[in-house]
Amino acid sequence: MTLSEGWEMVVGLEVHTELKTRTKMFCGCPNEFGAPPNTHVCPVCLGLPGSLPVLNERAVELAMAIGLALHCTIAPSTFHRKNYFYPDMPKDFQISQYDRPINANGYLDLIDHSRVRIERAHLEEDTGKSTHLGGSGRLHGADHSLVDYNRSGVPLVEIVSAPDIRSSAQARDYASELRAILIATGASDGRMEEGSMRVDANVSVRRADAPFGTRCEIKNLNSLRSLQRAIDYEAARQVALLESGGVVRQETRHWDEARGVTATMRVKEEADDYRYFREPDLVDLAPDAAWVERVRSGLGPLPAERRAALLTLVGEVSEAQLDVVATVVDAGLDAIVRGAIERGVDPSLALSRAANELAPDQGSITREGFAETLLMEQRGDLSATQSKAVLATLVDTGGDPHAIAADRGFERLSSDSLEGVVGDIIDQHPDEWGRYREGDDKLAQFFVGLVMKATRGQADGKAVIAALSARRG
Amino acid sequence: MSALRREDVAHVALLARLTLSDEELDLFTGQLAQVLEHASDVAALDLEGVEATAHPFGLVNVVRRDEPQPTLDRDEILAMAPDAEDGRFAVPRILGEDQ
Repeated sequence: MTLSEGWEMVVGLEVHTELKTRTKMFCGCPNEFGAPPNTHVCPVCLGLPGSLPVLNERAVELAMAIGLALHCTIAPSTFHRKNYFYPDMPKDFQISQYDRPINANGYLDLIDHSRVRIERAHLEEDTGKSTHLGGSGRLHGADHSLVDYNRSGVPLVEIVSAPDIRSSAQARDYASELRAILIATGASDGRMEEGSMRVDANVSVRRADAPFGTRCEIKNLNSLRSLQRAIDYEAARQVALLESGGVVRQETRHWDEARGVTATMRVKEEADDYRYFREPDLVDLAPDAAWVERVRSGLGPLPAERRAALLTLVGEVSEAQLDVVATVVDAGLDAIVRGAIERGVDPSLALSRAANELAPDQGSITREGFAETLLMEQRGDLSATQSKAVLATLVDTGGDPHAIAADRGFERLSSDSLEGVVGDIIDQHPDEWGRYREGDDKLAQFFVGLVMKATRGQADGKAVIAALSARRG
Repeated sequence: MSALRREDVAHVALLARLTLSDEELDLFTGQLAQVLEHASDVAALDLEGVEATAHPFGLVNVVRRDEPQPTLDRDEILAMAPDAEDGRFAVPRILGEDQ
């Protein structure tokens, strides 16, 4: 989608990611999604008087890993209290980093080779989860609210981009590449639907080369798709407002996925209103060079590098295959795919079976099991349908693909018996066969379906089509 | 340092969602002004050449291992709250944010 002539959108993204630690940021409560409410709480994350926070070493290391992957400078940092009145933080403040963040001044290169600067990536704690009852389930009009503090104190890194993004597609690419990096570094599982990665978008519009306009911050973006839709909607809203002589008010807006619109949530609080001040219960964080180097040496190759490694094996690729390569890398399946290609599996087959049958999780399948199954398929010992069934079993339970195929009665259908089945089916459906012979190609699928049914999936679809074409002459 | 104004106190009270009467506003404006005046005694000191410190202790990097510790019993903590429902803390209607 493009804006009306002469307008440009300016977008910066704030991404919050929960860190994949075993425990919370400042206490030893488990950091685990989906537990029964208020079972992962202690005096610290409930804000009980006299409790004191102690920083989680692993959270610091994951934050540094994110910073290093984003080419940031790791600097001595401090913690601040961000004060606000809301029951999702029982202390009435959130511990965050303010003027001295752990990571600053980095960048992220996107797939289209554009560069988005990273202003900072700082540590903070997550808040509890409130559920509003009565009314529409939203805050407005609710009778009362229920709070679960399991998430309170879960370690977060907030990654703030510079306002370098100029289209909703670029915003999507940024979020997607950042997500891949978070997963690759082991810092986060990047699950937007579970809220472990949350994206807020700062959107403004301007006439080409004019100074930045007033921005609005969009919240509640739970998928890459809603991120893209919300930015398009918001930029168009601002342009329409300005073109009709209105002004944009700086505010926080809520994305309504069902209605496809953004609506005012609150007028932006000034930073002063948060009354930031030093957290007196925590000392400074100043990782020395040795600690930083330990984290750096633990970083594996990043997604861009891993995609490149896979692409050199694949050779010539289509646009669609680029997406498949990205999916394979995001799911951590590149090693298994490379292994199969090295054993002689066709790269396109290895990629598509990994992306469609294995992702997002390879389960119990081994490198050998994957390669062996695809080699069987390639030799014609297994049809595509059978190969997928064997892969599914390997993902679920592991095992030997030959044994699984034998166990399921997957035998290669000889070309003679295939011919026999095709002949029978044609005899039983003379009308359809006549129309197919006259050139109604859509009926090929009709025959393939019947042959599949008759052979219980043992026939290879391509072989059936070849047999049909040969008979048509 | 500019003097503390009555409006500043009213603003801080709003942020803390406190309702103060006119008398209370006057009372607290006076009291808070005294606190700030005390702080200004420090501001009056000659600190030329004194390096800023983040913390009275010279310690940095005080961290703990990422190892789970026991949590509290849910029934026990919910029993301490004024109201609970469905395993969660029940809180009064949250004031509209867009006021």
